[in-house]
Formats: sequence, structure tokens, C-alpha cells
Amino acid sequence: MTEPIKSDVLITGAGPCGLFAVFELGLLDMKAHVVDILDKIGGQCAELYPEKPIYDIPGIPYITGQGICDALMAQIKPFGATFHLQEMVETIEKIGDPLFRVKTDRGKVFEVKVVVVAAGGGSFQPKRPPIPGIEPYENTSVFYSIRQLETFRGKRLLIVGGGDSALDWTLNLAPLAKHLTLLHRRSEFRAAPDSVNKMMALVGEGKIDFVLGQVSALQGEGGRIAKAIVKRNDGSTFEIACDALLPFFGLTMKLGPVASWGMEMKGGEYIVVDTAAFESSIPGIFAIGDINWYPGKLKLILSGFHEGALMAQKAYHYVYPGKRLVFQYTTSSTRLQKKLGVA
Amino acid sequence: MPKITYIDHEGTARTVDSEIGSTVMETALKNGIPGIEAECGGACACATCHVYIDDGWREIVGEPSPMEEDMLDFGFDVKPSSRLSCQIKVTAELDGLIVRTPERQA
Repeated sequence: MTEPIKSDVLITGAGPCGLFAVFELGLLDMKAHVVDILDKIGGQCAELYPEKPIYDIPGIPYITGQGICDALMAQIKPFGATFHLQEMVETIEKIGDPLFRVKTDRGKVFEVKVVVVAAGGGSFQPKRPPIPGIEPYENTSVFYSIRQLETFRGKRLLIVGGGDSALDWTLNLAPLAKHLTLLHRRSEFRAAPDSVNKMMALVGEGKIDFVLGQVSALQGEGGRIAKAIVKRNDGSTFEIACDALLPFFGLTMKLGPVASWGMEMKGGEYIVVDTAAFESSIPGIFAIGDINWYPGKLKLILSGFHEGALMAQKAYHYVYPGKRLVFQYTTSSTRLQKKLGVA
Repeated sequence: MPKITYIDHEGTARTVDSEIGSTVMETALKNGIPGIEAECGGACACATCHVYIDDGWREIVGEPSPMEEDMLDFGFDVKPSSRLSCQIKVTAELDGLIVRTPERQA
């Protein structure tokens, strides 16, 4: 049994709303830990829209997805939140009034007075590639993520994709594999040019194969893959014999365990909250951002920011029961400014 | 109002009127054309509005942009005639356009 990490608040999701929640909680002296499945901070903004423009953040006529994440990280820096990346919250158990034991899929345990669910559209999971008949091979010879490199030592690997994940894993697994083929539908890559150059160097040295085409079918038995049937641009096909297929087709959002935490949900998709503090049907668990629902809800970043501000006011009373909360403005309060490091 | 014909993978053709300035994807959704999903709503952030441009129209419609090619990497059975229909703006020039929808979307 792991020693639990004790803190005031656990925030699920490090997207813009989860990040700004750190700020609002920090102004009121509450410490937060943030858990996110991605290997980076920023949620949908960093993963789906880093270069794309956002025009509707109040006071900011133009900012990119990555830009708003960077700005929020700077804004919350004074509060020293701890981030736990590449992890997903699995269970939330009420053990006190309120006190919650939160467990992640990597075995981490938190004990906190307040949980803020800022899960957005759900946690990012690998997308299943559009290859007919792939399901029976999943987790036996088709893998969407790699937890242990050793699993692939001495095997004939087929990696499919043209982004950073496909290229990074090609470079990492080439030394271990018996044979490695990288397959992509075109000769241009989305991946970092440096990775592409390193991959091409391995091809030049005869250490790996790079082939053009798309997987149209798989052949094998009992979940064990024997070969992939690949279609060329001209419609002709050829085969690639392999022991394992690693397809990197991007990420998609899945609600996952959120629906199993016992809160009232709308349509099985959204956490129902009140509009006074955006608290769910379980006292002490709040939901902010795209994951919540209330009459009139809009899925806007600015809405999630507002929801975080009101949430923090109520969260204070769970974390500091009996203590008086005096509403203050950052512009005029020396106390708040000292916390921000600007006074 | 330019006419666009959508042919599904079984060969059924459906011809509809489109509005100048809308996209081939929006026209499909507005007219209930099956086989186009548009999960991301037209933001070039998925590959589920994927269509094949009829050979006779490829030169007028043009080739995918680099951003579109990036998303087509996630498409089902992508061919040289593939485009994301949310990236094709309807102009008077496209009157009579023929596109085919794939057997499935990614």
C-alpha cells in the first residue's frame, strides 16, 4: 500500500480550466495536485490546437492554444502546484466529511479534502486505426502504447504512423527489435525533422526499413499476428510479416472512469453541477470546464475560468472549516499581491 | 446554387444544391448525405469528412493543403484523390462536382 499524498485539493485534468483553478485556489491558500493522462500540460489546447488561434479569451484578441497554456503556467507559478503526468484518476472514495481517497492507474494515492474534476472531453487515449479486424489482436500483438521496452526485444516490429510518436518509438525500438519496418502513407512526416533525419540514417545503414502504404488487413490466428496486408497508392498490395504491430494514429478523448464516481450525470456524459459553486451531487467534488453541465452551460474556456473562481470560494470552507473568508481583489489587496510575489 | 453529387460506396448518387461560400462538408450535413461524419465540426482536426474527388474534377478542386495532409494520415483508405470535404469551399466553378464517400470514416 503506497503512502498517500496528502493535500488540500486534487484537480483531474491539466487543461486551461484545471490550470486556472490552481490560481483561484492558490489565492485562497489552498494547495493543489494536478493529475493528467498526457505527457504534457495543457489538455486539448496543447494536444489538439497548439498552433491554432483562439479569439475569445476575454482581454486577449488573439492567442494560440499553446500560448494560453504558457500564459496560465506563468500565472500559477507562485502557487507551486505539483503535476502528475501520464496518469489517470481511476477511483474516488469518500472516507471523511469531506475527505477523499483518490487512486490513479499508476497506483498513486491521494488524500484530499476537495476534488475538482476538470476533465474536459475526457482523457486522451490512443485512437484505434481504421484497420478492419484489428480488435482480436489488441494487447496480444497490437499495442497502442509502450510501457516496457523489453516486451519487444527480438521481435519483428511493424510501426505505423508519421508523427512524433511513431518516429520516437522507431528510434527507441530499432536497437532491440529483430527487424523493424516503419510504414507511412506518404513520404512527408508530421514528426520533428531531426527525428525524421535520424530515422532515414537508420534506413541508410540498413538497420530498419521504411515503406510507403496503408494497412488494409491483418492476418493471424488466436490474437497472434502473422502479417499485415498493405495497400500502395496505386491500389496494388503486398505483405509485411511481423510479430507485433504498433500503430500511432493520434489520440481521442474518452470519458473513462468519470462516469463511475457516483455523481449525477447528464446523458451519461456530463457532471451535473449547481451554478452557485459548480459542485456535483457529491459534496466536496466539483466539476469545471467542458465536463460539467448546468442550464445555459457553454463549452467555452472563459466559462471554465469563471466556474473555477466560484468553486474556490466554496472549496475554502471544506479546507478551512469555520475560518472566515474575506473577499479581496488582487488589485488592492497587499496580502494577495504578496502571495503572487508582486508586492 | 451549384449542384454537388455525392456517390456512396454502394454506388447510390445523391445530387443537392449548395450555397456559394459554404463547404462540401456543410452541404452534405445540411442535406442529410450519409457517409460523412465531420466529428470536429470542420476545423481540420479529424479525418471523418473524407471524400474522393471524381477524376474529372481533381484539377479544379485542387490538392490538399499541408494541414489537410497531416489529418489525412488518420483517414480510412486514403487515395491520391482524397480530400477533407470541410476544406473545399463551394464556388460557382464547382457546379456539377462529383465526390465519392469511402466505405467508412476513420
